[in-house]
Amino acid sequence: MPQALTATGFMGLDSDLSLWASVKQTVSAESAAVSNSDSPDQRRAAWMAAAQAGDRRAYEKVLADSIALIRAAARRQGVSPDQLDDVVQETLITVDRVRHTYDPSRSYDAWLSAIASRRAIDALRSRGRRGSREVHDEFALDRHPDVDDASAATESEQRARRLRAAIAELPPGQREAVEQLGLRERSLSETAELTGRNTGALKVNLHRALKALRERFHGEL
Amino acid sequence: MPDQRSHAALIGQLGSGLVPVRRLLPPWLRTAGWLLVVAAIAAVLLMHYGMSGMERRWSAAPDLAWAGVGAVVTTICAAWAAFALSVPGQRGLWAWLPLPGALLWIGASGLGCLSVLIEPGTHITSLHQSSDCLVFIITFSIPLSALLIVLLRRAFPLRPILTAVMVGLASAAASASLLEICHAYDAAATDLLTHALAVTLVVAANAAMGGRLLSRA
Repeated sequence: MPQALTATGFMGLDSDLSLWASVKQTVSAESAAVSNSDSPDQRRAAWMAAAQAGDRRAYEKVLADSIALIRAAARRQGVSPDQLDDVVQETLITVDRVRHTYDPSRSYDAWLSAIASRRAIDALRSRGRRGSREVHDEFALDRHPDVDDASAATESEQRARRLRAAIAELPPGQREAVEQLGLRERSLSETAELTGRNTGALKVNLHRALKALRERFHGEL
Repeated sequence: MPDQRSHAALIGQLGSGLVPVRRLLPPWLRTAGWLLVVAAIAAVLLMHYGMSGMERRWSAAPDLAWAGVGAVVTTICAAWAAFALSVPGQRGLWAWLPLPGALLWIGASGLGCLSVLIEPGTHITSLHQSSDCLVFIITFSIPLSALLIVLLRRAFPLRPILTAVMVGLASAAASASLLEICHAYDAAATDLLTHALAVTLVVAANAAMGGRLLSRA
């Protein structure tokens, strides 16, 4: 019985609360205008509030304005300069996925910094795991010399072949996203129309594909 | 390596796919929603068992009433802490919120069972009866934890294990509060140990499994 009660209560509650939320959201979106006297944090908060209501211009502004904050948060966690841009990208994608969790009555900078710090820690852990798998032997290169001492053009061709093979091995959704968005440089909306997938799914697929490829080719390409 | 141009390209892509989102409700309101479900279960149990058994026990052993109050306060505070911790930017200090309620709950239960004089109207639980309490707390904790995890997955808990511990504490405390309605025994040492074991099991299971479920959110 408890399961039945739980499910019924949850569904009824969810619909009531959703109605309340939509009313509140409309009110907040209308009050999201930015004045010149606002602090940078308040300005970003207002932009994000407008972005939650679907304002693309405000969204792009707040994301562009967030890059410096993300880099600062990542640096505080001890992320090396060569990893900073990866953390920025991962954080921007996460912000896109969880933007509904931002409450405009609270600090945008604190919300963003918390997400960026988490992504920075993830990057450090990921590098730590990768580091433990890699061979750190100063004689490794001597013992395993590059037997294929081909010209730069041949090497480049080999790399491209390996990359194509790796893309071909990706799951169909991810492969499609890389091919259409990455290689053919189609826009999200064009790709969505072509593949019948929504833009959110395409973004997630592209992100996952790039992550998989990065992990596979780290240090090789 | 990604550079400023690729950041701009990503921002352009994210902007082009932007759709309005339904903002997450404040933690207190989401807590109230979950508590409504607990209250509905309590109402059904009260209709079935009535108030008389609980009142008789509480008048015979007031410590039990305080333990019950402690369990209810712990339920509310732990659930609120879980919902607050699931929002990025909220302070980790929220995890201390259930402490006063938990101290009252544990303290009053401990005092009850350490009391030498057991009131004549009550009797001490046997091991078999205690195992019923264990089953009750775990059985009710499973759906209550599952519901909390489903609700929390809509947010973004950056401290998934700490949040899962709060989920375990909230659902175990809620189950112990519900048990008060149909509990027929005084707080003897065996009973207290069983409750402690049940709560520990629920919290540990949530920390192990719930943490993983929440970190994927």
